[in-house]
Amino acid sequence: MKRIQRAFENKKDGLLSIFITAGYPNLNDTVEVLKELEANGVDMVELGIPFSDPMADGPVIQEASGVAINNGMTLKLLFEQLKDLRKQVNIPVLLMGYLNPVMQYGYEAFCKSCKEVGIDGVILPDLPLYEYEEEYKDLFESHGLANVFLVTPETSVERIQKLDTLTNGFLYLVSSSSTTGKKDGIDGTTDYFKRVQNMKLNSPTLIGFNVKDAASYKTACTYSQGAIIGTAFIRSLNKNNDLKTAIQEFISSIRQEKIENNA
Amino acid sequence: MSYNVDEKGYYGQFGGAYIPEMLYPNIEELRENYLKISQTEEFKKEFDHLLRHYVGRPTPLYLAKRLSAKYGAKIYLKREDLNHTGAHKVNNTVGQILLAQRLGKKRIIAETGAGQHGVATATVCALMGMECVVYMGAVDIERQQPNVKRMQMLGAKVVAAESGSKTLKDATNEAIRDWINNPTDTYYIIGSVVGPHPYPDMVARFQSVISEEMKWQLMEHEGRDYPDRVIACVGGGSNAAGAFYHYLDDERVELIAAEPAGLGLNSGKTAATTSKGKPGVLHAAKTLLMQTEDGQVVEPYSISAGLDYPGIGPMHAHLFDSGRGSFEYVTDDEALKACFEVSKLEGIIPALETAHAFAALNNLDLKKDEIVVINLSGRGDKDLNTLMKYV
Repeated sequence: MKRIQRAFENKKDGLLSIFITAGYPNLNDTVEVLKELEANGVDMVELGIPFSDPMADGPVIQEASGVAINNGMTLKLLFEQLKDLRKQVNIPVLLMGYLNPVMQYGYEAFCKSCKEVGIDGVILPDLPLYEYEEEYKDLFESHGLANVFLVTPETSVERIQKLDTLTNGFLYLVSSSSTTGKKDGIDGTTDYFKRVQNMKLNSPTLIGFNVKDAASYKTACTYSQGAIIGTAFIRSLNKNNDLKTAIQEFISSIRQEKIENNA
Repeated sequence: MSYNVDEKGYYGQFGGAYIPEMLYPNIEELRENYLKISQTEEFKKEFDHLLRHYVGRPTPLYLAKRLSAKYGAKIYLKREDLNHTGAHKVNNTVGQILLAQRLGKKRIIAETGAGQHGVATATVCALMGMECVVYMGAVDIERQQPNVKRMQMLGAKVVAAESGSKTLKDATNEAIRDWINNPTDTYYIIGSVVGPHPYPDMVARFQSVISEEMKWQLMEHEGRDYPDRVIACVGGGSNAAGAFYHYLDDERVELIAAEPAGLGLNSGKTAATTSKGKPGVLHAAKTLLMQTEDGQVVEPYSISAGLDYPGIGPMHAHLFDSGRGSFEYVTDDEALKACFEVSKLEGIIPALETAHAFAALNNLDLKKDEIVVINLSGRGDKDLNTLMKYV
């Protein structure tokens, strides 16, 4: 939790968070990817827990999830891989995924393992708010886990305000009502970004879903503290067998326009 | 203790609405309105009118004499196979499309396994002049071609689900994804008592006409409005939910659910969720689910596409968990045998799904004057491709 708060304190805008499915492209790439992302200046990482039925994801993340499962990735194995995470990686790392694998691992055991390896927060989109408030809020918080909530263009003002008070990480602004990686970009929903921006929320916000290149990253940064990129990043790994080069090329392609504009 | 849904949308520990934020407004809209709308006089009048004059209800409750003689009990068949489109599915699609209209929706989506729910949805969409998209697993499209063509004739667009096992579970994933991408103008007609609250309760209520009729029909035939046992097959469990509904809290009635054992409970090729599943979350509901230790959903198997589902409706998970329901497991072979037996004894070819309910008779210790109702959920014409090999 603290690492997330510090990240937002240290950098008021232009945060770049990357989503990558754990165990993808190869089973043991997880930590290597984290290290490379940090080395290339990425501010935060969301590690996806693979699930067989990712109902909110588009084809690219569905496929990555399937590949990771076929590679043999499990939540148990993921925590083993992350055993020495904090000796190697300093940026905040969140786990993101569907509820069922967490439920089978056991909520308490899950929180305990997260704390042990140094996970800073979780994003569990299908954990209902009522259940979180009634049953798991204290558990998550006592293990130092920030819970990040999704907000969409259809989320009501009252609900956004409630989510703002409940999160101790940030609010994840889903750019449009869609599954992940739909190709439309994010220009069509700037009114919604402005609306949320004008609410003067207490929590920082990041914009994700359909942020895919330097231009959409820049748009996201205009209306929030930064952006989350998943599908486009995973797609860039498909193209290039050398992980190190692929990550370097992708991150610099995203940051490029930002750097030019600042100059 | 009540076995029906509570005010939070749970049946015991099962049910709820495990939805991502993208679906929250849709589900809230439905939760706030489904009872309000469906309990108005105007709605009930149109629903009843369509069930009577379009669907062909009430369906007969028929005393199957030769089957009764063979099994040594009084066996009645609730003839849902005689509904328009050939199965109970249409009871629910009529109800939901009337709801969709009143919510101002323009476009209908649905998932389908065997194609019965897809046909029932395409049918009511044609009736109401609404756009219809049906998601169907690519494997099911292959094995249920006649139903694919029926849907297309009725004006629906059939979209193949190419992900996962390419069956009902994956068709449901694709329908949910469509809904996430089209949240305002689209209404999702779920075909079974699965998915997030309020779907299981809503579908059960629309299907409850089955046991509502059974009550007065039994009164006419037997002078009492309840049987000793009701038997129904369960995949997701909508026909069973309808047949059990008015007897859920009437402990005089044994509620028997026949689940598909596939090639056998321990064959690794089964869809017997209550035998092989543990509590989990799939398609936005907490229920019993066939899954790995890591929480990955296990691909189900059954000869019958309509029962080929790794979960079960939360109502049935609770009936199992509480001991209120009796669960029988029927293999492919037993179902096939029952299908041929009923055809020859009663002149009725049941759907392969329904054949599982008939096969469960073999597992019961029946007494001569006992009254048993089997919910004959659908007719078997759609299964001819599979059945032809055995004739």
